[in-house]
Amino acid sequence: MKKLVILGAGTAGTMMASHLIKKLKKSDWEITIVDQYKTHYYQPGFLFLPFDTYKPEDVKKSIDEFIPKGVKLIREKIDFIDKDSDTVVLENGTKLTYDILILATGTKTAPGEVQGMLGDYWYKTIFDFYTFEGALALRDKLRDWKGGKLVIHITEMPIKCPVAPLEFAFLADTFFINKGIRDKVDITYVTPLSGAFTKEKCTTALTYLLKDKNIKIVPDFAVEHIDGENGKIVDYGGEEVPFDLLVTIPTNMGDDLMSRSGIGDDMNYVPTDKNTLQTKVKENIFALGDCTNVPASKAGSVAHFQAEILTENILLYIEGKELKPDFDGHANCFIETGHGKALLIDFNYEYEPVSGKFPFAGIGPLNLLTESRLNHWGKLAFRWVYWNMLLPARKLPFITPKMSKAGKNFD
Amino acid sequence: MEKVYAGQTVSVDKEGYLTDLAQWNKDIAIEIGKEVGINELTDKHFEVLAYLQDQQRKEVALSIRGVGKSGIVDIKQLYELFPKGPLKFSSKMAGIPKPKSCI
Repeated sequence: MKKLVILGAGTAGTMMASHLIKKLKKSDWEITIVDQYKTHYYQPGFLFLPFDTYKPEDVKKSIDEFIPKGVKLIREKIDFIDKDSDTVVLENGTKLTYDILILATGTKTAPGEVQGMLGDYWYKTIFDFYTFEGALALRDKLRDWKGGKLVIHITEMPIKCPVAPLEFAFLADTFFINKGIRDKVDITYVTPLSGAFTKEKCTTALTYLLKDKNIKIVPDFAVEHIDGENGKIVDYGGEEVPFDLLVTIPTNMGDDLMSRSGIGDDMNYVPTDKNTLQTKVKENIFALGDCTNVPASKAGSVAHFQAEILTENILLYIEGKELKPDFDGHANCFIETGHGKALLIDFNYEYEPVSGKFPFAGIGPLNLLTESRLNHWGKLAFRWVYWNMLLPARKLPFITPKMSKAGKNFD
Repeated sequence: MEKVYAGQTVSVDKEGYLTDLAQWNKDIAIEIGKEVGINELTDKHFEVLAYLQDQQRKEVALSIRGVGKSGIVDIKQLYELFPKGPLKFSSKMAGIPKPKSCI
C-alpha cells in the first residue's frame, strides 16, 4: 500500500483530497490529510464581516464535513518534514512516511513583523481583516465609529487576495454613505506598489473608481514602523500618514513549518516550479495554493485551477511519465466596488486583466473589467459554489484551469 | 520596443525594463540610474544589482524583505540607496523585469 500525505485541510488541501480520492485506486493508495484545526473558514467572506453583510456563521464550517470518505484526517500539529527519509513528524511524536507529499499549508498574517503594529493599539485603533478575529473586532469598531481618518494599508507584497484591500476601501465608502457619515470620513489607501492598479489596462479602466469615491492614494509607501500613540504610519523614507483608524494588511508569511524543516524561502514559501507545481525541494513533494512561491495571486481561484492541474501531474508522476507544465498562473476574481456592484477580472502569468465577456465569448453573461450588479451577485453566489462545488472538487461548468483568450479584448 | 543606453541598443518593455538581461552592462545601469534620479552609483549599488540578477536567474520572486536578508544591505540601507522605489528602481537598473503584482 502506497501512501500519499497532504499537509493542510484548507481550500487547496481539501480540494486535492477530493480530486485524488476519485482518481487513485483505493487498493493501492492510502490518502492522509493533516490539519491541527477544527474549523474551515470561507476566507473570501472575511471581507464582508466588518460591514455586517455576513454573519460569523456564514463563513465557518467544520473541517471534517469536507474531508471525503476514504481519506484519513489526522488532527495534530505538524512538527517538521524530514525530506531525506520521506517522513512527516507530528507534534505528538507520530511519524508519517509517504511516497508522495503535497504541501497545502497556506499563508498567514504576521503582524509582529512591523514594529508598533502589535501592542497597545492592536484591535483598538489598528485592525486587520484577514483573520476571523480581526474582521470581527473591526466590525465591532465600525459599529460605533463616528468618523475621522481611515487609512487602508498594505504592508508588503505578496499578500493573500491582492484585491481585497481595494475592495475594502470601496465597501467602506458605501458603508459610510449608508450610515450618513461619509462626509466625516477621510479615506486614504496606502500601498507599497506604484499605484492602486499597477497593470496598465486596469489603471486606464479603473482609476475612476478611486476618484469617484474620493479615496486618496499614497503609493510607493513601505512602512518602517507604526506609531500607535500618535496615530501615524511612517515609511523608510520618513514620510508619515496620519490615521484615526488603521486597517492594515500585515506581512503575509508561509507556515513556520517550512522554516523548521529547512525547505522555505525567507518568507517561508516553498520554492515550486511555477508550471508543474512540483517543488524544488524533492521530486516526490508537490505544493499548491498560498504556500508556494510561484508568482501567481494567492487566492482560492488560483488554488482551484492548480488543484485540477496538480491532480493530472500526480497521476503522471505515479506512472513515471513527464509532468505537464500546464499551470499558466490563471486567476479569476470578483472585485467588490460598492453600491451592490462588482468587477470581474481574469488573467494569468502572461496576460493582464482585460475587458471582454466571461465565460462565453461575446455573450458573457459576466463582463470583465466593468462594474455590474450581476458580478456582485456572482460574488455572493460564490459562497455556495465554494462549499458545494469547489471543496468536493465538482467540475465548474465552462470554467477551464487554463485561461481562455476567447471573447477578450487584447488589442 | 528598443532604447539606446550608453550607445548600446537594448530591448525594453513599455515601462522601460530590459527584456533581455544578456544585454545589460554597468554603463546601462548608470544611465538608468540617472533617469530615476540616482546620480551616483557606489559599489554597494552594484552589489545589490548583482544580487537581484542572481535571484532572477534562479527564478526567485523578489521582495524587499528578501533583499534585506541578503546580507548585502538591510531594508533601511536599500531605501537609502534607491530612494522612493527601492525594488522598482533597483530592478530597472539591474536589467530584470519589474517585480510582479496583481492588478
